[in-house]
Parts: sequence; structure tokens; C-alpha cells
Amino acid sequence: MASVLEIQNLQVSYFSREVRSRPVLSGVSFDLMPGEILGVLGESGSGKSTLAASVLRLLPPNGQVGGGAVLFEGKNLLQVSSEELRQIRGNRIALIFQEPSLALHPTIRVGEQVRRVLAAHQSSGKNDLDHRTREVFNRLFAQEADRILRSYPHQLSGGQRQRVLIAQAIACNPALVIADEPTAALDPVTQMEILRVFRDLREHLGLAMIFITHNPALLAGIADRILILYAGQVVEWGPAETALRSPKHPYTKALFESIPAGTGETEKSRKTSLPVIPGNSSPSSLPRKGCSFEPRCPVRMDVCREFEPPLVKLGQSHIVSCFKYKE
Amino acid sequence: MEPILKVENLTKRYAKRNSARTPQEFLALDSVSFAVSAGATLAIVGESGSGKSTLASCIACLEPPTAGNFWFEGRNLAQSAESELRKIRPQIQLIFPDSASALSPRWSILDIAVEPLVLQGKLGRKERNARTFFLLERVGLAADMAERPAAELSGGQRQRLAIARALTLDPKILILDEALSALDCSVQAQIANVLLELQASRGMTFLFITHDLTMAAHLADEIAVMSRGRIVEQGPSTKIVRNPDHDATRQLLAAVPRLPRSPWPAAQP
Amino acid sequence: MMRYLLRRLAHAFFLIIGVSVLTFLFTTLAPGNYFDEMRLNPQIAPETLAALRAQYQLDQPLAIRYASWVNSVLHGEIGFSFAYNSPVAPLLLVRAKNTLLLTLTATVVAWAIALPLGVWSAERLGRLPDRVISWSTAVLLVIPDLALALGLLVLALRTGWFPAGGMASVDFKSLSSLNRIRDLARHMTLPVVALVLSTLPILVRHVRAAVADVLHAPFLLAAEGHGIPPRTLLYRYALPAAANPLVSLFGFSIGALLSGSLLIEVVMSWPGLGPFLLEAILARDIYVVIGGVLFSTIFLAAGNFLADVLLYWVDPRIRTESASR
Ligand SMILES: Nc1ncnc2c1ncn2[C@@H]1O[C@H](COP(=O)(O)OP(=O)(O)OP(=O)(O)O)[C@@H](O)[C@H]1O
Ligand SMILES: Nc1ncnc2c1ncn2[C@@H]1O[C@H](COP(=O)(O)OP(=O)(O)OP(=O)(O)O)[C@@H](O)[C@H]1O
Ligand SMILES: [Mg+2]
Ligand SMILES: [Mg+2]
Repeated sequence: MASVLEIQNLQVSYFSREVRSRPVLSGVSFDLMPGEILGVLGESGSGKSTLAASVLRLLPPNGQVGGGAVLFEGKNLLQVSSEELRQIRGNRIALIFQEPSLALHPTIRVGEQVRRVLAAHQSSGKNDLDHRTREVFNRLFAQEADRILRSYPHQLSGGQRQRVLIAQAIACNPALVIADEPTAALDPVTQMEILRVFRDLREHLGLAMIFITHNPALLAGIADRILILYAGQVVEWGPAETALRSPKHPYTKALFESIPAGTGETEKSRKTSLPVIPGNSSPSSLPRKGCSFEPRCPVRMDVCREFEPPLVKLGQSHIVSCFKYKE
Repeated sequence: MEPILKVENLTKRYAKRNSARTPQEFLALDSVSFAVSAGATLAIVGESGSGKSTLASCIACLEPPTAGNFWFEGRNLAQSAESELRKIRPQIQLIFPDSASALSPRWSILDIAVEPLVLQGKLGRKERNARTFFLLERVGLAADMAERPAAELSGGQRQRLAIARALTLDPKILILDEALSALDCSVQAQIANVLLELQASRGMTFLFITHDLTMAAHLADEIAVMSRGRIVEQGPSTKIVRNPDHDATRQLLAAVPRLPRSPWPAAQP
Repeated sequence: MMRYLLRRLAHAFFLIIGVSVLTFLFTTLAPGNYFDEMRLNPQIAPETLAALRAQYQLDQPLAIRYASWVNSVLHGEIGFSFAYNSPVAPLLLVRAKNTLLLTLTATVVAWAIALPLGVWSAERLGRLPDRVISWSTAVLLVIPDLALALGLLVLALRTGWFPAGGMASVDFKSLSSLNRIRDLARHMTLPVVALVLSTLPILVRHVRAAVADVLHAPFLLAAEGHGIPPRTLLYRYALPAAANPLVSLFGFSIGALLSGSLLIEVVMSWPGLGPFLLEAILARDIYVVIGGVLFSTIFLAAGNFLADVLLYWVDPRIRTESASR
């Protein structure tokens, strides 16, 4: 089967005042099958949102794609005309932005904001648009859909705003949704409801998703494959089941170690300090050559300092970028 | 011990007159009462739209409650004049879920983080900067990023900036409204550790509003569960997580997703 | 909800009171009065003059004169013109109507040009069209209004395209109503153009700055990401988001156009408040001056109030904030 989205060796950098250009994504490649949900995990600042934005050519003015290709249904989005791109955005590929309060227009009712997305891609009558808008809201809000629809963003709670963003994204039944932490502001119950909506869409319409999140456990119930980014590089990519149960890359392992015990919490373990990954991944502390995780890696070796780690194939489709697994 | 914060029957009603002719009212907080003693952490959890953020902005004196009273160190802030509130506000800091929207995008990280201290005007320039750099470092924003404008940060980096900024004033009460939800597990743990340390050394009090029951159970002494503007259950955190009394709590707990490695099966949507 | 508007209304009211007190003060502090010139006339007896002064209360202290003036205003009478020997109100009304015609037309025209031009310029920020606009507005900005008006006047005289003064042709009375409108439009063109040119640079620059400011806002990027067409993006997302400062500017522009209008009316002999006021000031016809200033203030206050109402309308945050108080 042909993939919906294929990203080949994507390079993105940002220009800023002090430094001429700072690479943020260096050589990211992966593909996505129709109906597949790809979970993306990664350190804060590792380039997840940049990845999401560059697929739709929505980088801020100082961001630039330095190379690579983004193939959507065989077409390279980095090269299509702006009108063609406009017809894809929101209609075939939709983006759920990370920060709900920034991504909504402050002086337009949220119902209208969803309606306009529909109107941008469909030439149907006013009543039909209203009807479809209401439908999307009913789907995402168990109660009070009417009140929410007529509210302005500042009158909504964080979770309600986030669901409005989701409404905008799924309104046109896209083939691919890129969701940047779509459920971070939702309580567990609502979160489950929203995941169910995504699953429905996948089953009935073959929706594919890139699901960026900070909560690995969330991916257990929904993702097919997992991609882990560190400092703009893919460090691990594999089936959700195995990657979550037994992560291979030292970064992934260390990341999962930091999660508190939850219901397993005891009076003794409560309020004790949690394990963290020492150091940070700011531009100045990244090594110039070798593995970018090397300075913080608990199992580093000499070779890691000198050479870039190879991509090692562990199973059918489980890939890790680490010298540990090289025969 | 005398509670540092006592809330009684706090009610917030939003009048809504923006749609049809019919004036609607929306009860966002419905007689909420609780108390927190100094140096403790109260986690507040609950469904989306249950009034957690409204409660937070009332306590931080950003919005006047419609009814009810609350006392900070024995002073009733619901009845205090604006001039008095201005003196209190620095001691009760609030971090929004995406405080990013409140940060001026063109300012540098350092300028944003140091601003509260500049406004306060107590410390000299050197001390101010030293202290700010220290805090930025603690939340994982390295010194080499200090000159960058806020617009050039990732979502999680901006969120950490907001946390550092709230900490510079050394508040007595820190309200964290989903302050950690935009961070990866490791950075979350790092900041949780910083918070625990501050609590141990300075006796800071935290109101920890979150959707992450796992983190709530780890950080909080007590958990309060909200539903439709009311607190439906409150108790020691281990008790709430293990033997919840109220249905709302049970539902929340049942829906918490879990990693396959842990002994529980993953919740299926 | 009404509280916000009431507060604004009270604001306007106090403004009007304040201005009336100030003009009263200034017109009295200025040396001389209308009857001083009569004193030189040997045919008028000093007793008559004193009687006249007493009749118009010019010999009373300021506070009492103000009080009795307020009293008469409350009875619908703004005062009495010495020069015309008739009540001020009807005199003022005719001229005020002409001034309003000019000011309002200029406001509408100026904004109708400034909005699209500013948006267009902001969209091309830093590129050639934008720089051309920046330059030309900068040049227009430094030319004094007076020079602008005189220049236009010279142009009109040279080419004869437009009448160079007045409000109507001599045969106005005999024209059909359609031709009357056309005649009026021809006479209005020059003053309106002068007024528009004098405010346009400020308006265009502000619209450009306000729109450019929101053009990179995350919510616009998000809207773009949903495939909203570029025109909708500019006019239905960017412009409403930039509306707040522009609405305040709208209130200000009415004021600027009104004061500009007074000057241009004098230069282009438009029978409005401008020449009338000037004449009254020179003649120390104080109640006319006070009435004229008062009228301008009311008009200004009305403009600002309109801006406040508009602001209330465009910004739901103000609307709902005041609702929940
Ligand atoms: N300014 C306002 N006007 C009208 N209603 C409002 C306003 N602010 C909040 N609300 C409503 O009050 C309710 C509580 O909002 P609040 O932000 O406190 O919820 P929350 O518990 O923080 O939810 P979340 O977890 O989604 O952030 C919501 O239903 C919201 O729609
Ligand atoms: N407009 C910008 N200009 C310059 N640098 C930027 C800009 N936006 C982001 N960056 C930098 O690029 C890196 C990647 O940012 P990105 O937003 O993609 O991270 P992220 O993985 O989404 O992180 P988070 O989980 O915190 O949202 C970060 O180090 C950030 O500081
Ligand atoms: Mg991000
Ligand atoms: Mg909230």
C-alpha cells in the first residue's frame, strides 16, 4: 500500500539575531500509511512542532527548510503552488496547534471560526455549513455544545478551547491530521472521549495521524508506531507495542524512568525527587560531532564521541540510532 | 496549624449577554470551600470546564468572585481594596496553562524573567540578573538562550520561562494551573524536583491544578476533585488515588492512561 | 452592560462642561469686548453703552455670567450675537450643517481609502509598493495643511476644473435637484480633497502598523494553516484583530478633520463654521465664539463616543468583561 505521507531527509533551520542559522531538524525521515497513527515523543525543544509546521509550510518567517521532501499522496508539498497548498491545508491535511489560546482569533466566536474553515473548502449553502458546524461541536462536546459554539475564546476553559482546535481540524474530514499535543489540556475522561473520536474517524474514513505528545502512556491505547525525536533527529522508530514496553534507545529509556508511580505511589515515595536526565540539550551543550545524546547518556562509549551513530534495525520495523545495538 | 489560605463559599457567576436577547448566567464556581496550610501542596483535579482555572484566577486576585470570602494569612482578600491587593499580588503567583500568550513575543527571555524583580525595585541589577539566571538554569533554560526573543522558543520552553518568572519573586503561594502539561516527562520531573526543593527550603505553598493524576499523587499532600463548579471530594492524596469515594474521582482514575510496562492494563478508548 | 456606555457618556458630558468653562474664561480674559469699538463713535452716548453692557451682563462677574448662560442654554438658547443682532443658535445651525457635510464626507472618503491602502501596504511590508506608500505618506505628512489647500486652490484657478470657492453656483436656485447635487459635489471636491490629503497619511500609517502587527500573530498562522483564502485572512481575520487601535484613531480622526475643516473653509471660502468663527473672534462677538466652540466640542465628543460604541462592538472582551461585573 502506498503511504499517505512520506518525509525524506527533512532539514529545517531557524535564523535569528545572534546566530546566522541554527539547525532544528537534521535529516528526519519517516512514512505514514493511510489510517496509521504515529505517536511522536521527544524532549521539549527537540523540534516536534517545527516538524508539524514544516509539513504544511507554516514555519515562522525566520524558519527555513534547507532540504528534503514532504510527499503527500505522492506530491511534494515543498514545491506545490500556494493555491494548491491552500486547498490541501485544512481540507486534506489539518493541523492542531500546540497552544489553544494562541491559535484562536480573539474576537470571533469559536463556532464561526470552525464554520469558516468549512466555508474555505466547500461551496455549500449557509444552512448546510451551520448544520455541519453544529455536528462537529456535538461530536466533541458531550454537553453545552450550543453555549460553547457561541462563546468567544476568552470565555472558554483551556480544555474547551483545545477541543475547538480539534473541531477546526476534523471539520473537513481530512486524510491526515497532525496533532500537536491535542489532549494536553484535557482531563483523562474527556481525553478518552477525544481519542475515541479519532479512532472512529480512522475506522470510518481512514484518517491517518501524527500524534505529538508528552505522555507516552497515552500512546499505548492509540498509536500504531512511535517516533522519538532528540535534538532534531530521529533516535528511535518502531511499533508502539514494543517501543513502549521495552524502549531501546538510552534517551527513551531515561525518559520513561522519569514518570512517577501513580497509583503505586506510597507515603514513602511521595514527594521524593524523581529521576531526571542530567544536563540539557541547549545549542551550546550539544556536541559538535558524534551522537547528540552522548554527553547525557548513561551508557556512552568512546565511539559515541567520535562518530554519528548508525540506524540499527532491531526487528521488522524497529529502528534505533545507537552504537549499543550494532553487532 | 493556621492555614495560609482559607476559602469559604467562593462563587463565581459569569453573566452572558452576547448571543440572543435572553440573558444567561453561567455558574463557574459554586460555593467552593477549602483550606491549605503553609508549606503544603493541594492538588486540584477535575473534568474540563469544572472551574479550576476560574478558582485560580479568583485566588490570585485577578478576578473578583461574585460571592464568598477567602483569607490569605488571615486577611480577607475578597473584601480588600485594590490598593491592598496590589501589595498582596506578588506573594500569590499564578502560572497559566499557556502563559505564553501573556508574554511579549519580542522581549528577550532574560528581560521577561527579570521584569517582576525590576518592577519590585528592591534588588540591584547584578543581584537581579544573578538570581534570574539561577532560576532559568534550574528550569532548564541554559544561559546561552537568555538573549533570545520569547517568540523563538518552543511551547515547552516558553512554559518553563513562565515558571521561572513566577518564581523570581519568591511567592508564598504558587498556583500552577496545568503548568507542567506542556513538558516532556524528564523536564516535568526536573521541575517537580525544583518545586519540592523550594517547598522544603522556603516553605512555599502550592496549589497544583492538573489533569495528570499521577503527578498529583506524587507532589500533593491532599487532592481536591472538582466537578461542575464544586469540590466533590477532598482528602490525602494516597487515599484519593486508592480509595476514591465519589464517582467523578473514580471515572477520572479509570481513564488515566498507563504504560504497558506497569501492572495495569492500558485504558482502552 | 450599559454601564460601560454610560461611563463613556458621562465622560463626554464632563468634557463638554469643561470646554464651555474654558472658552468662557478665555473669551473674557481676552482684552476688549464688542462694545469697545462703539465707544469711539461720538454718536453713541456712554450711558447707552453702559445700558447695553448691562443688558448683556458684560458688567457682571464671570461666575454669574456663566450661570445665566448655562441657564439660557438649558432653555434652548445659546446666546445672542451682537454683530447679527439675533440669537446665535439659528445662525450657527446653518453653518454647522455645512461644516458637518464637509467633515463627514472627508471622514468617509479618508477611511475608505486608508483601510485598503494600509492593509495592502502591510501585506507587502518592506517591499517596493510598501516603501513607495511610506515615502509618499511621509512627504504628505510634512506639507502643512495650509500649503496643501493653497496649492489645490491655485490648481483649481489655473485649470478651471473645479470652482475655487463657495458652496454653490450663482444659479443654484434654478437648477433641478439632480443638478443641484452635482453642483454641490463639484464645489465640495476641492475642500474634501484637501482635508483627505491632510489626514490620509496618518490614517494609512496607523492602519499599516496595526495590521502589520497582527500579521504574524499565531492565530493568523493557524488560520492560514486551515486553508483560509488570503483575502479573507487579511480582511476578516487581520483587520478585525487590528481594529482596537483603529477605532480609537477613528474618534481622533473626526476631531482632526473638524479642526482641519475650520481652516480649509476659511481658505476656500466654504460657508461653514470656520469663517463664521473667525469673523466673530475678530469682532469679539463672544456668544458666537462660545457657541461655535461648544458645537465643535459636542461634535468631537459625539465622535469619540461613537468610537467607544464601536470599540464595544468590535471587541467582545470589553463587552463581556463589563457584563460580568
Ligand atoms: N469569561 C467567561 N465568561 C463566561 N463563561 C466563562 C468565562 N470564563 C470561563 N467560563 C466558563 O466557566 C467554566 C469554567 O472554566 P474554567 O476555565 O475555570 O475551567 P477549568 O476547570 O479550568 O477547565 P480546563 O480543565 O478545561 O482548563 C467553563 O465552562 C467556561 O466556559
Ligand atoms: N521562531 C523560532 N526562531 C528560532 N528558533 C526557534 C523558533 N521556534 C522554535 N525555535 C527553536 O527550535 C527548537 C525546536 O522548537 P519546537 O517548537 O519545534 O520544539 P518542540 O519539540 O515542539 O518543543 P515543545 O515540546 O517544548 O513544544 C527549540 O529549541 C526552539 O528554541
Ligand atoms: Mg512544540
Ligand atoms: Mg483551566
